[in-house]
Amino acid sequence: MTTLDTGPAAAPRVSFFNDPVIRGIIYQVVVAGLLIAFIAWIVGNTAANLAAQNKTTGFDFLWKTAGFDISFSLLPWSRASFYWEAFLVGITNTLLVAFIGIVLATMLGFTIGIARLSSNFIVSRLATVYIETIRNIPLLLQLFFWYFAVLKAMPAVRESLALPFDIFINQRGLMLPRPTPDQEFTWVMVTFGLAVIVAIALSVWALRTRTLTGRYPRQIVLAGKAADACITFLIAFVALLVLLAVIFPISNAPMLAAILAVVIAALSVTRFAALARGVLSFVIAFLILDTAIGGMFSSLPGFVTTAVSAAVALVIARVVYSGALERPPSEARFPLALMALIVIGVPALVYWLTDATLAFEVPVLERFNFRGGLQLPPEFVALAFGLTVYTASFIAETVRAGIQAVNKGQTEAAQSLGLKEGDRLRLVIVPQAMRVIVPPLTSQYLNLTKNSSLGAAIGYPELVNVFAGTALNQTGRAIECIALTMLVYLIFSLLTSVIMNWYNARVSLVER
Amino acid sequence: MSQVSETTVDRPVDTSHMQVSSTNVAIEVIGMHKWYSDFHVLRDINLKVMEGERIVIAGPSGSGKSTLIRCINRLEEHQEGQIIVNGTELTADLKRIDEVRREVGMVFQHFNLFPHLTILQNLTLAPIWVRGIPKAEAEETAMHYLERVKIPEQALKFPGQLSGGQQQRVAIARSLCMQPRIMLFDEPTSALDPEMVKEVLEVMISLAEDGMTMICVTHEMGFARQVANRVIFMDQGQIIEQNEPEAFFSNPQHERTKLFLSQILH
Amino acid sequence: MTDIGFVRADMVDARPAPHRTSGAVAWAQKNLFATPLDGVLTVLGAIFLLWIIPPIYNFFIGHAVGPAGTVEECRMENAGACWAYIHSEMEFFIYGFYDIPEQWRPNIVFALGAALLIPLLMPKVPFKRTNAVLFLFVYPIVSYYLLAGGVFGLKPMPTEKWGGLLVTLIISVVGITLSFPIGIILALGRQSKMPVIKTLCIGFIELVRAVPLISVLFMASIMLPLFMPQGMTIDKLLRALVGVTLFTSAYMAEVVRGGLQAIPRGQYEAGASLGLSYWQRMYFIILPQALKHVIPGIVNSFIALFKDTSLVYIVGMKDLLEAVKTKNDTALEWQSANTATTGYLFAAMVFWVFCFGMSRYSIYMERRLNTGYKR
Repeated sequence: MTTLDTGPAAAPRVSFFNDPVIRGIIYQVVVAGLLIAFIAWIVGNTAANLAAQNKTTGFDFLWKTAGFDISFSLLPWSRASFYWEAFLVGITNTLLVAFIGIVLATMLGFTIGIARLSSNFIVSRLATVYIETIRNIPLLLQLFFWYFAVLKAMPAVRESLALPFDIFINQRGLMLPRPTPDQEFTWVMVTFGLAVIVAIALSVWALRTRTLTGRYPRQIVLAGKAADACITFLIAFVALLVLLAVIFPISNAPMLAAILAVVIAALSVTRFAALARGVLSFVIAFLILDTAIGGMFSSLPGFVTTAVSAAVALVIARVVYSGALERPPSEARFPLALMALIVIGVPALVYWLTDATLAFEVPVLERFNFRGGLQLPPEFVALAFGLTVYTASFIAETVRAGIQAVNKGQTEAAQSLGLKEGDRLRLVIVPQAMRVIVPPLTSQYLNLTKNSSLGAAIGYPELVNVFAGTALNQTGRAIECIALTMLVYLIFSLLTSVIMNWYNARVSLVER
Repeated sequence: MSQVSETTVDRPVDTSHMQVSSTNVAIEVIGMHKWYSDFHVLRDINLKVMEGERIVIAGPSGSGKSTLIRCINRLEEHQEGQIIVNGTELTADLKRIDEVRREVGMVFQHFNLFPHLTILQNLTLAPIWVRGIPKAEAEETAMHYLERVKIPEQALKFPGQLSGGQQQRVAIARSLCMQPRIMLFDEPTSALDPEMVKEVLEVMISLAEDGMTMICVTHEMGFARQVANRVIFMDQGQIIEQNEPEAFFSNPQHERTKLFLSQILH
Repeated sequence: MTDIGFVRADMVDARPAPHRTSGAVAWAQKNLFATPLDGVLTVLGAIFLLWIIPPIYNFFIGHAVGPAGTVEECRMENAGACWAYIHSEMEFFIYGFYDIPEQWRPNIVFALGAALLIPLLMPKVPFKRTNAVLFLFVYPIVSYYLLAGGVFGLKPMPTEKWGGLLVTLIISVVGITLSFPIGIILALGRQSKMPVIKTLCIGFIELVRAVPLISVLFMASIMLPLFMPQGMTIDKLLRALVGVTLFTSAYMAEVVRGGLQAIPRGQYEAGASLGLSYWQRMYFIILPQALKHVIPGIVNSFIALFKDTSLVYIVGMKDLLEAVKTKNDTALEWQSANTATTGYLFAAMVFWVFCFGMSRYSIYMERRLNTGYKR
């Protein structure tokens, strides 16, 4: 061996310890051994601890009666229910708040993300302030704030805050009217479902025909014109009715509103369509502004509110008017009004024909509490609200980054080809931005679902609260309860990554 | 100084269809000024382009040549003066801008193909949604132009799968599918490897041979000599000198032009 | 055709833009009233601001009760924030139940920490290595003995008494410092070619990242004592630290992995061709580059961790948020309509200042690194 060491030529066979393969195997065996020893040590300790505390293990407790109350549950729940039912209640409550949070946070987040990119200074600054404030404060603190400082500080039941549409808010949560559809209303729901399907099918057909032949089908264009007039009439009638009956009450308001609405609708099919849109948008903008400003600054005298609203509404009407002048003729437009009319009008017709009724059970203040209606506990309201507000700030950043990721040259190329802004967004910008937005957006959804576990801190009975909290305390089966809880989140996460991998494989841009 | 190449195409250029109209004005720019906030980028631009003209704009980087052609289809706004394209004056009116953009094709330095669409979809997008041409017809036209730029076999691929030269040829074909009356080229070969420059120039020359009105911002002086009927030299945001290529290169008048040419032609 | 030859005789001098492209009016025109729609948005935004700012101003400043105020003032109709409450409970919010005469000890720890950390964060200050060693190895030991006492005649101070901002800072700083090396090892393990080690690392990282921190803390609080030999109790602070560290190290591993993946293959190959061993390659070549790239990612993890420390109430620690909540619920002498709101707003402001500051730092480093990369 010593002679070999001094020789210039290396030994053909590497020494046992320097062979990378063998080294790797040794490393791995050592790590696995250490890990197994560690686990064995933990298992031994745990067994000894459990034995000392006279505790048993196993999942048999799932089929035992739970015997505790759950304050809020979508599934039937009583003290006599089993632990596995508690597990399900926890999961459904988690999913419920996560679902509502995801829907609301997506809407809010997209709005704010787009607002942040606005060229309008005030709008973009407001969005920035929102994002930078919200995402730099712990979610738990925000939940505590909404729950303890806002909702718990609401008036007591007797002095409930009454909002419009029979909505009440007090210490015990949010009371909403509960819809109580009758038998016939099922038909309305069925037609609504069918109408949506029909509208989608029609849209697909219309767009396909548009691509194949260069124009929308003639029937659709005609129906679209009629629908345009119908929808214009309906909107104009409602807006004018509110204006003439509520804001400036005059006698015979319905009659006058109907006549004016007919005039506007008739104008909208002539070449004065832009004028009709301008007038209509003035009425609507005035209504909204007058109500909003009146509500926001209640100390202002009425005429000031009216004057300001009228002035701003006039500007809005001017914007809409000049926009409408540039609208392409109805033959070249997607018949949106027709689809809206089908989705709303057909079910409304069935509602009227079948004599169905949709009553609302209004929450009524009794001696000590509200009876009836849909009562949302404050824990739920605070958690859903807090998750929405918090996650929206992250979604907004995701959306902003996604839109900014689309190269400016893409817009320029689309512009130089003569694509109009709507087509530019629909065909070029949005498809590319969505590819960038969707993956982080999904992980925000997953984060929201995981963060819903903070509901445990304000007493919302979601999975961690019900199972890793109450059930664990009652049964003492710590390992089983925590393992099951974690398993649920692990499954959520795995499902999400499976979906994401599929999505990424589908949309990833093909490169060389 | 940006790199300048002298790439030429080794074949005689067929000039039989290259006729400059003496009556029909394609583009007219009158006393135009543009500022980027306080920076005066374009100063007193006066330019009259007749139909069928092939104009090359040269000049050091930052001289405003790209900005000038971007003003012509209103990717940039000008603050003073007039720009009239095909008889339509460019103002803030969106309808007019759309009208002009439909008739003016533009080719960018970085191609700007839509990466999420196939080559064919890139080509048919605007004809279908802007011109309302039936899909089958639009695809036929698209294939015709793809053949013209010699890459019909790539129709179903995505832009990311193509080389730079191929992408630029697709971008030219995409503009041609709108059957524009004027083509603007914004440094179409600057982002390409030398061996790809030629294939793009080849396409541009064949366009010129068909009598297309073209304005090219480019450093390809060989192309200017072969194809252009007029070379414009810009510096500091203004047109310094313009002339026929022969005279421009052999007998520059202005000091700045001489300096520029001495730097790029050795 | 006219003669096309043209030579400019006089150069046009640059002149200032017509008034509408610069100045305040132009700014307003461009940023507030570019299109009529923009104008509408501006007006609506202004109405919204007019509506929202006065009440906020009145609550925070206008009608607020200053630090010297009394509870009676806070209870008055129309009173705003009750800063007097924050002022009187400030010590609890910062130190928890830490004995008042001993509070100089946490103060020294704060000051030492700031003195060591600030130069560490400033890219241009020299002696980074010495500074880092001091901060990572010497400072924790000194701080621990200073805070816990029991040596050099310092009064023993059990961790149960620690609380408030002190605990928030301890948990977040210790958590990030400990999770950093673990994260590096996990990231290297994840990239390893050895199947057993790779699987273990991926399994740990993905499992931890899949579950909420609250469940990890539940585990630390309930299961950790079960795992230990009989009769051995684990300090609550230690439980929180174990939970937080395990959780953060999984996220840190992913941040570091991002940095490792950004290193060109050539760097690995160059290292190998110089005959360096795996650990030498990592230590001298790969990690210094990778970690520099992920500084913004690390700071972002730290922000997330800093916000997440508010969850340690699960294991029974009174961090800043829990301290505020406790006082809100129990300080009967300060009860008023706005006490709880003021308390939470105070905590929110403290958290915000730290998180916002760090996020600005992260953006600053990102810009710096980006420019460094391009050169």
